[in-house]
Amino acid sequence: MTLLAIDNLHATVADKPILKGLSLTINAGEVHAIMGPNGAGKSTLGYVLGGRPGYAVTGGSVSFQDEDLLALEPHERAAAGLFLGFQYPVEIPGVSFVQFLRESLNAQRRSRGEDPLSGGEFLKLAREKAALLKMDMDMLKRPVNVGFSGGEKKRAEMVQMGILDPRLAVLDETDSGLDIDALRVVGEGINSIMRAPDKAVLLITHYQRLLDYVKPDFVHVLANGRIVRTGGPELALELEERGYEAVAA
Amino acid sequence: MPASAALLPTRHDEDFRYADLEALAPLWPVALETIAVAAGESRALSLIHTDARPIARELAITLDDGASFDLRVLNAGAASGRIAVRATLGRGARFHLGAAQLAGDAATAEIVTHVTHAAPDAVSRQVVRSVAGGGATANYLGKVLVAKGADGTDGEQSVRAMLLDRTATANARPELEIHADDVKCAHGCAVGELDANGLFYMASRGLPPAEAKRLMLQAFIAEAFVGAGDEEALQEQALAALEAML
Repeated sequence: MTLLAIDNLHATVADKPILKGLSLTINAGEVHAIMGPNGAGKSTLGYVLGGRPGYAVTGGSVSFQDEDLLALEPHERAAAGLFLGFQYPVEIPGVSFVQFLRESLNAQRRSRGEDPLSGGEFLKLAREKAALLKMDMDMLKRPVNVGFSGGEKKRAEMVQMGILDPRLAVLDETDSGLDIDALRVVGEGINSIMRAPDKAVLLITHYQRLLDYVKPDFVHVLANGRIVRTGGPELALELEERGYEAVAA
Repeated sequence: MPASAALLPTRHDEDFRYADLEALAPLWPVALETIAVAAGESRALSLIHTDARPIARELAITLDDGASFDLRVLNAGAASGRIAVRATLGRGARFHLGAAQLAGDAATAEIVTHVTHAAPDAVSRQVVRSVAGGGATANYLGKVLVAKGADGTDGEQSVRAMLLDRTATANARPELEIHADDVKCAHGCAVGELDANGLFYMASRGLPPAEAKRLMLQAFIAEAFVGAGDEEALQEQALAALEAML
């Protein structure tokens, strides 16, 4: 079953064309990795899928579970089952993770016609996902990302993903800022949360190292706003060895 | 401050420069409320204004040596609200003001303070958080005066305002007048808008824009009530006023 179908997507940021005819299909049960040099449009793709203001779609289409993704507001995309993991998670002073995530999850549930979780039910779920990512539950009582190290922020992103339980996760450089141990924990977390027949993952990354833990079914090379090559896991190794320039040419 | 003057001041009076004089006119003259705290005593007061009608209050607080006063204000009426406070601090006295203002539509919410450190070693803290939307105005005019000989003074003004619309206005004028040598006086002042990155981040987790906005503003105004004896009740009232405004 096709989860995400991107067809000939064009997008601009501040009137500058960044995505120039990108096409990509992701089926349920698959893990895709998009790799590419700086400035290729990797983060733009994530933001366009998430619906970030300032990222304008000028052509093409994106359907998510047979629905027009681009017609949805950012919070509606989340409720439809999309999760965007941020390269630079944002700090929200004064708002605790627990409150933020409980309200977010319950907003999603309400929009899907499900009953909201009680405080106790939510805490149980949060505790379980925090443990999965080896994160101290006390950290989730603190304001969102405030005072967190780069690695802690990335781990907290994965805890959020676990709690929100999306169908498709688009993870923008989730591996950056992680030490070797944290990389393993995050990689195992992604597998445990997202490796399921009805789910899929799109990893946006510079490096091969996360792919040692989260084995992709497909690897795509993004250059100059388009996917210029697609292969299996071996393509990531080839990129690592020969560099983007040689492989993307 | 011409608190009990029978005539309504004009905009030439610095303390009324941004005031909603039309709303204040029928309320004038305003009775001066005097509060005296005896040496070594501690008092607290919370002023909650969430009425539909305009209000004006004029307080004069005198703190004897070693006295302390904790004043919290929620200035969030649908119409204009003006709270003016004159505090005079004796030796080693402690004055704390924590104020949140919520102004929507065409309301003017304002806090005007004159804090005088009349003797050495007194501490004053002013934390004011204002939110203005629509065509509303939120003002803070605050003066800290350190008298001659009031060494060891520790005064702080932290003033922040959040504008929800480009048509809203915030005026902030923290002022210091220092006649002593050994003093520590700090003021911080910022006027801004809700963080667009934060709003998108929250939306990406499924939080609708109105709820994201409410959560961020709730956290912003909560800073005014931290440490209050009745903090929980104040936060609840502030949240209710915020929800009514949004």
